[in-house]
Amino acid sequence: MTEFKSSSDNVKETSSKNSFQRPDGRSVTEMRPVKAKVGVIPCADGSAMFQSGKTIAIAAVYGPKKMHPQHQQNPRKGQLRCEYNMISFSVDDRIRPGRNRRAMEISEITKWALEPVVMLEDYPNQVVDVHVNIIQADAGTRCAGINAAAMALAHAGIPMKDMVSSVSIGKLDKTLVVDLTKEEEDFEEGEGPTDIPISMTTSGKVTHMQLDGKIGVKQLQESVDMANVACKEIYEIQKEALKKAVEDIK
Amino acid sequence: MDRKIVVPGEIIIEGDEYLPGDSTEKKDGKILALRYGLAEEQNNLIKVIPLSGVYHPRRGNVVIGKIENVLANGWLIDIGASDSAFLSLMEVPKYVNKDAMEEVLAIDEMVLVKIWSINKRGIDLSLKSRGLGKVGEGLIFNVNSNKVPRIIGKEGSMIKLIKDNTGCDITVGQNGTVLVKGSAIDKELFAKKAILYIEERSHLTGLTEMVTKWFGEKK
Repeated sequence: MTEFKSSSDNVKETSSKNSFQRPDGRSVTEMRPVKAKVGVIPCADGSAMFQSGKTIAIAAVYGPKKMHPQHQQNPRKGQLRCEYNMISFSVDDRIRPGRNRRAMEISEITKWALEPVVMLEDYPNQVVDVHVNIIQADAGTRCAGINAAAMALAHAGIPMKDMVSSVSIGKLDKTLVVDLTKEEEDFEEGEGPTDIPISMTTSGKVTHMQLDGKIGVKQLQESVDMANVACKEIYEIQKEALKKAVEDIK
Repeated sequence: MDRKIVVPGEIIIEGDEYLPGDSTEKKDGKILALRYGLAEEQNNLIKVIPLSGVYHPRRGNVVIGKIENVLANGWLIDIGASDSAFLSLMEVPKYVNKDAMEEVLAIDEMVLVKIWSINKRGIDLSLKSRGLGKVGEGLIFNVNSNKVPRIIGKEGSMIKLIKDNTGCDITVGQNGTVLVKGSAIDKELFAKKAILYIEERSHLTGLTEMVTKWFGEKK
């Protein structure tokens, strides 16, 4: 075999989930332990908490309410407004609180991931506000945020076509793994780490996909398939949490 | 089909004989939920009863609102909806001196009003009905507007049960604002507790029996 292989040739080697050892001993398709809860903020119209390993996201939904400022009102349909924020104590080194470039990008990403499912046609000139706060971060915060936000939107009684679940797929050297941790994101051997956060509806339609790093076409297809399986798992957890919030009251 | 809690996108039931009702959608012979709530079947019609969400004003609703502003020819009232509502002078069934409108209704006062019409410009309110007008003394608090039908009960059975057991006079606005008037503050707080108990359990069947039992234990 020559040293120069096309990326599609590489796939065969990596897809055989060989003896790759993850730092926390998980298998390549295994997610971190997941916890979900709705109704964590009584004053909000809808709220949810989503925890994946050490990453914790809290989402609150307010509205539909009148859009303010008035010049942003859309008389055709209601709008979704998302805000993502990392709390200053969410990481080891304190981060400066407030909006920064990264938070602004993820706020938009969260909006784009959720917009295809919410049905705000009957709410002209109105807005639904989604606030996502990361209280503890260990990679995959945007995915945890989207998962929490989808649950909070449902909990707020917003009409939705479907739920959205999100997971990040990583490529560590040449192996695809589900749900990266911070430690894995800093992986430096071989080709290094590639992070691919993917959000999907229950029916398997992709609402959001990002990629930073390099990946072959075949392996990308494979990572979407892996995300599909993981998102189904997350959906079940989201569904159970929403049902539990009501069913547990006797 | 039994009543069950559904989440958006969930298949409620399969079969061509079923029809989609409120907050549901038919797709490939399956009925899908379009919002979080309680799915219910009636004569093959499937609907989802919401358990949460903000108040949706409807024509004819009697609501309790708060005066936001006094204008030249009426009052702006906050009824908890996304639009603010307007009570015109014309809809007040008594003589009002335009120079002293605060004497009738001042800012921050609570008022029991009826939604007279909803149009593009906003919500119009009316006081021309029996029992409407400024709210006097009493305890005011909010519950979720989707749970108001359960607090009132079938033909007012639940509200009557609370009234009989607490001796308080209770007015429930369709927007979820509740007014409790009693002879003592303890009685009013007891009535509030009962109403919050019902709000929390609004999705259960046999609620009237549960509340009767609850009153038996608490008295």
